[in-house]
Amino acid sequence: MTLAARLRGPGWYRAALSQPLSFLVALVITVGIRAAYGYEPLFDWDAITTVALLAMPLGFIVGIGCFDYWFRWASGAPTIPEDHSGHGAKTWRDYFRVNTDHKVIGIQYIITTFFFFIVGGLMAMVVRAELAQPGTQFVDPNTYNGLFSVHASLMIFLFIIPVFAGIANYVIPLMIGAPDMAFPRLNALSFWMLPTAGVMMMASFFAEGGAFATGWTAYAPLSTETPIGQQFFTIGVQFAGASSIATALNFLVTIITMRAPGMTFWRMPLLVWANFTTSLLVVIATPFIAGSQFFVLLDRSLGTHFFDQAAGGDVLMYQHVFWFYSHPAVYIMMLPGFGIVSEVISTHARKPVFGYRMMAFSLVAIVILGFTVWAHHMFVSGMFDWLRVPMMVTTMLIAVPTGIKIFSWLATLWRGVIHLTTPMLFALGFITMFTLGGISGIILAVIPVVIHVSDTYFIVAHIHYVLFGGSVFTIFAGLYHWFPKMTGRMYDERLGKVHFWLSFIFFNLTFGPMHFVGIDGMPRRVADYADQFATLNALISVSSFIFGLTFLIFLYNMITSARNGPRAVANPWRAHSIEWQVSSPPPVFNFDEIPTVVGGPYEYGVPGAVHAVWGDDKAPSKTKVSHDATPQPAGGGAPPPNE
Amino acid sequence: MLGMALVSLVATAVGIAISLAIDWFPPQASTAAEDIDHLWDVLLIASVPIFVLVMSVAIYSVLLFRAKPGDLSDGAPIHGNTKLEIVWVTIPFIMVSALAAYGWVVLNDIEKKQADDMVVNVTAQQFAWRFNYPDEGKVKSNQLVLAKDRPVEFHVRTEDVLHSFWVPEFRLKTDAVPGQTTKIRVTPSRLGEYEVVCAELCGLGHSTMRQNVRVLSPDEFDQWLASEQNEEGGGDAAAGGGGDQAAAGKEVFIGDGGCTACHTLADAQSASAIGPGLDELTANAEKFGKQEGQSPEEYVRTAIEDPNAFLVPDFNAGVMPTDFEKRLSPAEIDTLVKYLLSVSGGGK
Repeated sequence: MTLAARLRGPGWYRAALSQPLSFLVALVITVGIRAAYGYEPLFDWDAITTVALLAMPLGFIVGIGCFDYWFRWASGAPTIPEDHSGHGAKTWRDYFRVNTDHKVIGIQYIITTFFFFIVGGLMAMVVRAELAQPGTQFVDPNTYNGLFSVHASLMIFLFIIPVFAGIANYVIPLMIGAPDMAFPRLNALSFWMLPTAGVMMMASFFAEGGAFATGWTAYAPLSTETPIGQQFFTIGVQFAGASSIATALNFLVTIITMRAPGMTFWRMPLLVWANFTTSLLVVIATPFIAGSQFFVLLDRSLGTHFFDQAAGGDVLMYQHVFWFYSHPAVYIMMLPGFGIVSEVISTHARKPVFGYRMMAFSLVAIVILGFTVWAHHMFVSGMFDWLRVPMMVTTMLIAVPTGIKIFSWLATLWRGVIHLTTPMLFALGFITMFTLGGISGIILAVIPVVIHVSDTYFIVAHIHYVLFGGSVFTIFAGLYHWFPKMTGRMYDERLGKVHFWLSFIFFNLTFGPMHFVGIDGMPRRVADYADQFATLNALISVSSFIFGLTFLIFLYNMITSARNGPRAVANPWRAHSIEWQVSSPPPVFNFDEIPTVVGGPYEYGVPGAVHAVWGDDKAPSKTKVSHDATPQPAGGGAPPPNE
Repeated sequence: MLGMALVSLVATAVGIAISLAIDWFPPQASTAAEDIDHLWDVLLIASVPIFVLVMSVAIYSVLLFRAKPGDLSDGAPIHGNTKLEIVWVTIPFIMVSALAAYGWVVLNDIEKKQADDMVVNVTAQQFAWRFNYPDEGKVKSNQLVLAKDRPVEFHVRTEDVLHSFWVPEFRLKTDAVPGQTTKIRVTPSRLGEYEVVCAELCGLGHSTMRQNVRVLSPDEFDQWLASEQNEEGGGDAAAGGGGDQAAAGKEVFIGDGGCTACHTLADAQSASAIGPGLDELTANAEKFGKQEGQSPEEYVRTAIEDPNAFLVPDFNAGVMPTDFEKRLSPAEIDTLVKYLLSVSGGGK
């Protein structure tokens, strides 16, 4: 291919070319408008940067090729016929292209989000190094504030939320017997918006005045007054948010319209339920954070007065709009994990999920209640008093559906045949840690206590118990569980168990003591603290370094096992759900023939029960048990039509 | 099963005992602290059994029902149990309702209006607190001084971004919100020295935004108030007389200006490193002033009124608030400039 052809066609060459071009466009627009208005100086680099932050990611996404098909179609040009050449990935290079295969996109999501997980984790290590003793050692206060802000933003917007989208992307279509997602091109676009958001947030460290340093909450009016680094957050969130809305729409349509025949809502695996409810939350709530950040952007760039109290703005409005998204966001970061844990516990304990319908109803209840509790983040914010008690009550009521889930998982374990595999260990670890995080969550609804502990390390402890001990443990459980399906190889069980036990122990040693220092009076988001907290902080820091190192075990296990692990059979866990009935890894087009669903997904122990049947077996058979189907070797599925 | 129940009960008892034995909180220095700490204990007593229950069932299941090597059988095909599900919906519902009701009662208790409470105005700015006592002769102070057992109503305001007024020993906290006056009521109940801490991220100097709180006996407090009232009068006379402008400048530096929060200056006994140190200011003003074509006085004035116009090497734009020109009167800025140039020649 000639260079000219490469620059014209979709891909990295054109994406690279798009960067200087879109910067130039931003420059011309900004300078042009300033010249027309006669503003001085003509070259205002803050203004140019702001416009470039919008133009360059768009340029990248167009350059890499997400819009090619739509542009041709919209302009009436002949579209390139869909020959499915974009399906599947034959070499690692294929993962760096715009690809419409949900399995490729799923892997793209997972690898990308783990990259940002590592970057965010390293930032946490620097934060802990600085906090290992009182005083200033490694970083100045500005860098420190930048580090914890970028750490949180990457972990939330570039790791936990999208990695669940990645796992679901891979698993959900297989689970519901669909050949792909409903909108494969939109799916690709959703993915490619993510790295732009993450790179933007990381790049803020190179901005004049340092990275955005107002926390991931970016409370106005601090965020409307700080240097240009803040724009990297304000705009980065727009791309991450747009990505997550598009994915959620895709999941909703896929789950509603593309389920295999016979898969009624009450036969859907709970992971499907979980992603269905999560997607509802995303679609309804995410526009609110987009709005809050647009207000900040407009205040900063165009001189509006949303949060300028002197000009009639309202500072508290920021917090209401922000938390109207960001509280549901914690369920966006938790419900998919609930789904994963239901799959893992049922499969590895060989028992039907206890109270399946209540498990599904409780997800829906959490979605609804989740929209009625946002102001519990604002008990000391100076908002009107009367809203506090109702929000306390609704917050505490969320314990009821959450309790249903925890008790049902326990009841699922009871009288099961429990295989303590790595995914099962992480699921059990999740139950423990999440129960603790849930209990501190109840405590954090009781207003008089919150008046004391809000904005302290108690909050930091709570959020890490629910998001790391909760969400991230379920992510590990899910990745180990579906690793054989995704890679066609088995991970190293021994290393997996070492990873679990070390992270379980050092997780608790890292975040447990934070409860104590918080109640004892250490505020969060401080680069320096009173000497009385020195001992516990030293312990926390040392544990956190070991905790950080345990991640390397996971990384080593995943990489070496994906390359050289023993071949996985199609259904190593003898699970009933559909994704395990196809080869590992699945055929390019998932199914040669769409299965018919004839029963629930977790009928372990029920003689003759099957979840789905193919072809001749369509009539529900009383004798056939799905795990009797002999495990097929990797690649044992029927070849894809184009091979 | 019986053994399991027994072990769980013992674990619950031990768990509650340990959790109550832990000294969680800083000392109780307000009447509200007792109520809140008591509520905390009740929350612990309610939480421990739930956690122990979850853990016991999980651990027992793993111990009792763990698969033997090579066991490919399935568990019992139990799909649910309506009675059990009703139980674990109802009990948590009752528990959280009771706790919420108790929390509400405590909330009303600690926020109750006290008879003849003293109003203290709290003003937050990046990165310092100032206090004044409007009913007690408008005394101004940089440290919070209170009388034991004398109820206070704090009226909290901010001059710039959000801050949060928190004295951990009082257990009470409220954000300082631009454009609003937020209020909290406290009755100090213990003599001693504490710190008021900013709990809401407010910028670079957030972690240094701490100031002294002293709770005195009512007699000592009245003495302190009287001496402050005298000093206040004396200070005004000096400034009014125009005799010692530099002394008035020092008042601004450590008082309304709040400069000590970020700048090191030996004469004012401040030692913060968020902004440039000012002990060498005279020399720097000559050096940088020459670069900018300004006299030292003009240079210092510009640095106060338009801090981003010239940046001292190693310091970033946008750190220093830009509204001192509005916040301070021209006369105050004059005295500040004179004061700074008069005390910062020490290096030479």
